[in-house]
Amino acid sequence: MDIVFEQVNFTYQPDSPFEQRVLYDINMTVKEGSYNALVGHTGSGKSTILQHLNALLKPTSGHVKIGERTITPETNNKNLKPIRKKVGIVFQFPESQLFEETVGKDIAFGPKNFGVSEEEALELAKEYLALVGLDESYLERSPFDLSGGQMRRVAIAGVLAMEPEVLVLDEPTAGLDPQGRKEMMAIFEHLHQVRKMTIVLVTHLMDDVADYADYVYVLEKGKLVKDGTPEAVFQDIRWLEEKQLGVPTAAAFAKRLEEKGMSFKKLPLTADELADALVARGGQSL
Amino acid sequence: MMNKLILGRYIPGDSLIHRLDPRAKLLTSFYFIGIIFFANNWQSYLLLGVFTLFCVYLSKVDFGFFLRGVRPLLWLILFTVALQILFTSGGRVYWEWGVFQVTEFGVQNGIFIFCRFVLIIFMSTLLTLTTPPLELSDAIEFILRPLNAIHFPVHEISLMLSIALRFVPTLMDETEKIMNAQRARGVDFSEGNLIQKMKAVIPLLIPLFVSSFNRADDLATAMEARGYQGGEGRTKYRVLHWHQKDTIAICVYAFLTFALIYLRD
Repeated sequence: MDIVFEQVNFTYQPDSPFEQRVLYDINMTVKEGSYNALVGHTGSGKSTILQHLNALLKPTSGHVKIGERTITPETNNKNLKPIRKKVGIVFQFPESQLFEETVGKDIAFGPKNFGVSEEEALELAKEYLALVGLDESYLERSPFDLSGGQMRRVAIAGVLAMEPEVLVLDEPTAGLDPQGRKEMMAIFEHLHQVRKMTIVLVTHLMDDVADYADYVYVLEKGKLVKDGTPEAVFQDIRWLEEKQLGVPTAAAFAKRLEEKGMSFKKLPLTADELADALVARGGQSL
Repeated sequence: MMNKLILGRYIPGDSLIHRLDPRAKLLTSFYFIGIIFFANNWQSYLLLGVFTLFCVYLSKVDFGFFLRGVRPLLWLILFTVALQILFTSGGRVYWEWGVFQVTEFGVQNGIFIFCRFVLIIFMSTLLTLTTPPLELSDAIEFILRPLNAIHFPVHEISLMLSIALRFVPTLMDETEKIMNAQRARGVDFSEGNLIQKMKAVIPLLIPLFVSSFNRADDLATAMEARGYQGGEGRTKYRVLHWHQKDTIAICVYAFLTFALIYLRD
């Protein structure tokens, strides 16, 4: 299922003094099975774009095609459920959405809303709880007794249990420790590789972009200023630094090696690529 | 949802009304509600109407805002006006049907009540649109201060008020966020019958309560860590200044009162 933005504009609270234009003529395509990263400053419109992906917001002009459905400014709010089932969104700090008495019920909540029977929903809860790395003993516990990181996992399991085709992640690892971050990102990579899930990742961590994404969108002040594969986008390090977006650690390191006189066929973006490039040189000196 | 709520919102600006001392604005707004009951003929209503519109003009806030402030109360106004028109006797009778009658006095009263409602709403909207919430709570603290004599916890109340006001926008954002998250999980907040709608609110309310309590806990700890021990011996950073224009505003109101007393029957 592709999601296509065509000339999407969005304004918050139009026709009032609180009016605020956030998106300008956005054209982008989230292809089925791809891993997309959305990067940009805070306030560049990332979260707003994200809410267009499952029609939580409707464009002020232009339209968004989500699979078969086209969302236009005139689309009414009824019958959007099928879209919401296909596109699961994990919001920033998703642990704030937990509310049921037990972890099991909370994870089952989403599927039940989309018409899955009680027993099946609990089965799904069990399956996805295991997937996010918590054992079955957690099913009967109250979500409010868990640590922040565990709550995060439960909340993410709650979205995954809806079995969406497209998974949208808004800084899913913000506030996690390095180990938790790595585990989380590995889970998403698994879903992408094994279950062929389409992923849209909003992040400030360029290392994650370099490691996982196969397409990058760069936003600035509500405009799409650059898009392409990570190789293409990270090629121009100057430009990125100007925009204060940051560069993957490996690329920055390679750049410094280049300044010392070493040259690479193509700029390595991940630690592995960098290591490979260095090994290939077989210990030659500068 | 939140966008429609005009009453209680502040619009930054730099007009004469914006710059008035919040105490003057608060007192005069309440006073206005008091003196509007003095008006009992069309001359006095005209005076108050012109005065209100002049204040609105001075505030430089878009007039549409004031109209939108009236909208949520429109049904109450219409209901009251209709009751007045249908059940007041006296004067010439225009129309009669059973217990209902439309009379000269009834129509007159209806119009007066309508004006009264609209003017009061305009004035209170003007107060909130031109005064930042924090200034408002400072003003309330100042005005309540004499109550200290009867051991009324003025400091605590005003602290509660400023914290509450500070967190209104935060909680609104939070509500919006949680609503979105639950909508993304298939909750429909606007569909179904009353019971279904009430049930749909649970996934919104529980997280909101939890986060409010967490926030309160964190805030209390942070306040203690910064040396807060209650009102005793605390100084004030935000000091209110009474200027000449505030005295003038009070004088204008005094003059208005005399004019009203002179004009009324």
